[in-house]
Amino acid sequence: MRIDARELHYRELNRQIREAVAGGETRFELANVNGQRYIGDGIQGEKVQIDIEGVPGNDLGAFMDGPTVRVRGNAQDAVANTMNAGRIVVEGRAGDVLGYGMRGGELFVRGKVGYRVGIHMKAYRGRMPVVVAGGTAGDFLGEYMAGGMLVVLGLERQDGEPLIGDWCGTGMHGGVIYVRGEVDPRLVASKFASMGPAEEKDREDMRPHVEAFCETFSLDVEEALAGAFVRMAAISHRPYGAKYAV
Amino acid sequence: MSDSGFDRDRRSVSGCGLSGMMSLTGERVTGEAIRDSIAILHERSNGLGGGFAAYGMYPHRKDQFALHIMYYGAEAQGQAEAVLGEAFDVLHDERIPTRPNPGVVDPPDLMRYFVLPPAGKLEESGMSAEDYVLARVMRVNSEIPDAFVFSSGKNMGAFKAVGYAEDIADFFRLEEYEAYIWIAHGRFPTNTPGWWAGAHPFTLLDWAVVHNGEISSYGINKRYLEMFGYQCTMRTDTEVMAYLLDLLIRRHGLPVEVACDVLAAPFWEQIERMPEEKQRLYTMLRQVYGSALVNGPFAIIFARDGEMVGVNDRIKLRPLVAARKDKWLYISSEEAGIRGMCPEPDLVWAPRAGQPVIGRLGSDVVVGEPGVGETAGMGQEVPSG
Amino acid sequence: MGSSSPGREGIGRPGEGARASARPRRVPAYRRSAEFRWTHDAERCARCKRCVQQCGFKALSWEDGPVVDPDKCVGCHRCETFCPQEAIAVVPNVQHYRPHPLWGQAHRQNVYLQAETGGVLLTGMGNDLPYPILWDHLLLDACQVTNPSIDPLREPMELRSYLGRIPDKVEVKMKDGRPEPATEMGPVLQVETPIIFAAMSYGSISLNAQKAIAMAAAECGTLWNTGEGGLHEELKPYADRAFVQCASGRFGVHADYLNAGAAIEIKIGQGAKPGIGGHLPGEKVSAAVSETRMIPVGSDALSPAPQHDIYSIEDLKQLIFALKEATNYEKPVSVKIAAVHNVAAIASGIVRAGADMVYLDGFRGGTGAAPTIIRDHLGIPIEIAIAVVDQQLREEGIRNRASIVAAGGIRSSADAAKAIALGADAVAVGTAALLALGCTLCQKCYTGKCSWGITTQDPRLTRRLDPYVGSKRVANLVRGWSAELEEILGAMGVNAVESLRGSRERLRAVGLDKTTLEILGVKPAGVGA
Repeated sequence: MRIDARELHYRELNRQIREAVAGGETRFELANVNGQRYIGDGIQGEKVQIDIEGVPGNDLGAFMDGPTVRVRGNAQDAVANTMNAGRIVVEGRAGDVLGYGMRGGELFVRGKVGYRVGIHMKAYRGRMPVVVAGGTAGDFLGEYMAGGMLVVLGLERQDGEPLIGDWCGTGMHGGVIYVRGEVDPRLVASKFASMGPAEEKDREDMRPHVEAFCETFSLDVEEALAGAFVRMAAISHRPYGAKYAV
Repeated sequence: MSDSGFDRDRRSVSGCGLSGMMSLTGERVTGEAIRDSIAILHERSNGLGGGFAAYGMYPHRKDQFALHIMYYGAEAQGQAEAVLGEAFDVLHDERIPTRPNPGVVDPPDLMRYFVLPPAGKLEESGMSAEDYVLARVMRVNSEIPDAFVFSSGKNMGAFKAVGYAEDIADFFRLEEYEAYIWIAHGRFPTNTPGWWAGAHPFTLLDWAVVHNGEISSYGINKRYLEMFGYQCTMRTDTEVMAYLLDLLIRRHGLPVEVACDVLAAPFWEQIERMPEEKQRLYTMLRQVYGSALVNGPFAIIFARDGEMVGVNDRIKLRPLVAARKDKWLYISSEEAGIRGMCPEPDLVWAPRAGQPVIGRLGSDVVVGEPGVGETAGMGQEVPSG
Repeated sequence: MGSSSPGREGIGRPGEGARASARPRRVPAYRRSAEFRWTHDAERCARCKRCVQQCGFKALSWEDGPVVDPDKCVGCHRCETFCPQEAIAVVPNVQHYRPHPLWGQAHRQNVYLQAETGGVLLTGMGNDLPYPILWDHLLLDACQVTNPSIDPLREPMELRSYLGRIPDKVEVKMKDGRPEPATEMGPVLQVETPIIFAAMSYGSISLNAQKAIAMAAAECGTLWNTGEGGLHEELKPYADRAFVQCASGRFGVHADYLNAGAAIEIKIGQGAKPGIGGHLPGEKVSAAVSETRMIPVGSDALSPAPQHDIYSIEDLKQLIFALKEATNYEKPVSVKIAAVHNVAAIASGIVRAGADMVYLDGFRGGTGAAPTIIRDHLGIPIEIAIAVVDQQLREEGIRNRASIVAAGGIRSSADAAKAIALGADAVAVGTAALLALGCTLCQKCYTGKCSWGITTQDPRLTRRLDPYVGSKRVANLVRGWSAELEEILGAMGVNAVESLRGSRERLRAVGLDKTTLEILGVKPAGVGA
């Protein structure tokens, strides 16, 4: 099903998608999208595929449970908000607060990602959310992270551009963050997260996700995995245990 | 609500959408592009306020102060015009042309005056022309309950109303004006409905500010400004933002970049990583201007003659996206808003927290653009690695 | 319960009234009601005698079991705390006078005591009368929806503060395309939390107590205050975090002392005893105290009521600059005053006289010894003092010229937050620090018998206070309060304390009259933004 989203309000656009999904439609091509929010919001079904040409609005794939979304452009803030399952692929860059409370599924962003990526991501009953960013990430990466995996590959990085921003892993109490390259320890919230070199086991854990990422964007896996990675992990699952006067 | 057309009893708190565009070469375009941009950000506003400011729009009277005034009733108009007649040479006056729009209801009377302070009176006052005008504007706004000057700069003008921004653009016939900077605001206030004067942009002489977010430090920012004689009568966060910029840039002479780093100050741990000389400056800025730190979520776009600036708060609680296309700079709350004015930008980027994006007339270099390198006053330094 | 037997001799003797102005003559007491009932479970008692050893007031003796002299028991709970068998309970004595709405027990007790002694009533710690506590009428704001609260557990939260004179603006000059400050900053004090320690001299408190506080200040990146007792040799390592005080007695004040501290404080007055001096009795001026105060052993250490080189505001300026000259303008100078009726104008004068900090001590502030009548009836609340001083300095455009430190009844981080919101740059705590060291507020500091080793110079008692353990307790308190301040800031959606400082918009009042609201500059609860 092809929908021209030009001048189309998000409510109308999303209504059409929901009704078509209910009627058994599985393939969507959305053209001329610009800023329409909530695309894929709450849609269930692993067979559903949504192709977006343009820049979708905030909350892309919020509460989504199964579908695959591909954005042939940049995405804005709050992609994969509280997503349960499925895959979101962004060919360009994406904004802030990606994967907030994400419980499962994958988010692949070819380019840079903004602030607070993977905030409060969690793993639950065999589900493990994964976010892979091909570019660099902003401040507060993996803030509050409770589970899942964040990978920052730092491909096509400008001279002097940091791989990640300040306060990485602050409040982190689960999950793992991998960054390809060296990270200034001052960027990592040492009260919560420890940083060390990624070991062979880590590369094994990461590999299937990076492979899927590279396949999605037709990139060379070995190039994406070349060089050393650092690994950030929570120091404690209960970082606030000692804070209170009890 | 007070009896007057302007409710000044409560502070307005608002979420919002912002857009701005600037030709770095001074090329002028109509208000259609900015209208289309802010229309895309419709969801960020709730129909209770919107507005625009345009620069380079009155080229034939570019040396005269253009006063845009709204009136509720002939009495207010009479009182205000008496003040203007006494204080200024009024070189031209006219109704601001509008067209009826179902989304813009109950408009006040809207007038435009081109004025100059008479040389004798100006000399007598011992003030600069700008301060002279500002004092009279403040007088009208504080003393005449149903009159409000909402624009008072040279070769620029603000247009604002209650309604959705795109309807307001239509109401004010912005497609009939040409300007090299346009900034726009769609408002989502949580109170003060029906208040035209409270819409954005907020202006002060040739400054115009549009703002998104509630200032959590409003209380102290306001009291700090009062020490320097600013009376925050509008009770909007944006007024505070405009006065802070006026204080820091015009009165204290700080470079715009440094002023932005006062509003969105770097953290102590970031300051401690700076080279020694810079550390000294930033420590001092925080010591002296702690009360001017704008805390809580904000994104603003502000403009003055020849300059457009976008900046957001120190931990990026409000979105801001910037883009370049040829000799144009675009800033918006969302990338979709940018694509509303410029469908195919050459470069889109998200400025870091507190990192200003500054376009200057005649300069191809945009401060804060990726790859431009570190700029003067760039406080949010991140170690490489 | 025993009591001293009522004596009648001497009462109503002819000619006694004629001597009213002469030195009062002690006459035996009628039976006074003991303040505390000391109870002891003989079956649980292990007969270890520890209670007798622990009592600094000699209220307990041993006669085949502990025996109490109830008139001597001050209710400090030392014996109870240290009884290994938990056999002791010290409880307030039930009033057995006939209840009277006007003549409460305390009034009657005081009248009896003064009839007995003809003396001025003496007390310690802060005002204990039930005046309205304005802190408890103020509530703090929090964010909901329109702006986000910030979680202090994960996002950066800044309490760092600077005390001292700050220029009104920064002049910036461009050098090689980079901005540089052209403004010079005078000496300012950096503290990592806006909680500092109040002045408590060596003499009024023990060296161990002072050392515990000094160590805690160093550990927490904050400041302590020598009080008017000089700087003991053992505390010199902590002098760079100290205010060294210069008060009317000038004890221990010399050039090295002034230059040793982080800052200098001129003490004009104290909240617990505005307009009143004090004295450390000669019997307490031991060899160590003598050396620190630079006076002979055994001599009374008298602190005159005024500083005798300051009879007017211009004289204060003279002293401020004498101190600045002596320290090469490298030390900020604080002036400490009691909060009195005209505090706003006085503070303005102090700032214009060149002080870099104004330390305001409210009428509930503590003391080692003060006349009860003075402590309980002079001064104004610190809440009001902060509000009027901050506003006055703002109206005069001189708020940046001096920091405001507020003290006198700061009981919790909430009080501190409210003080800061009213306009204080920092709060100073004395009583809370002593509580952390074990003080139970028995208010008998002036006796020098403190069972907890805090307000005494008796080596048998002072050795009870381990300064290292004490410093950890005091530092913990500062840490706990600081973490709570961060929680408060986070709830308000700000991540730096300067965004709360003076932000009265974040306060709302309950149950205050209109005039008080206006003075505080605070809106009543129910009024929105």
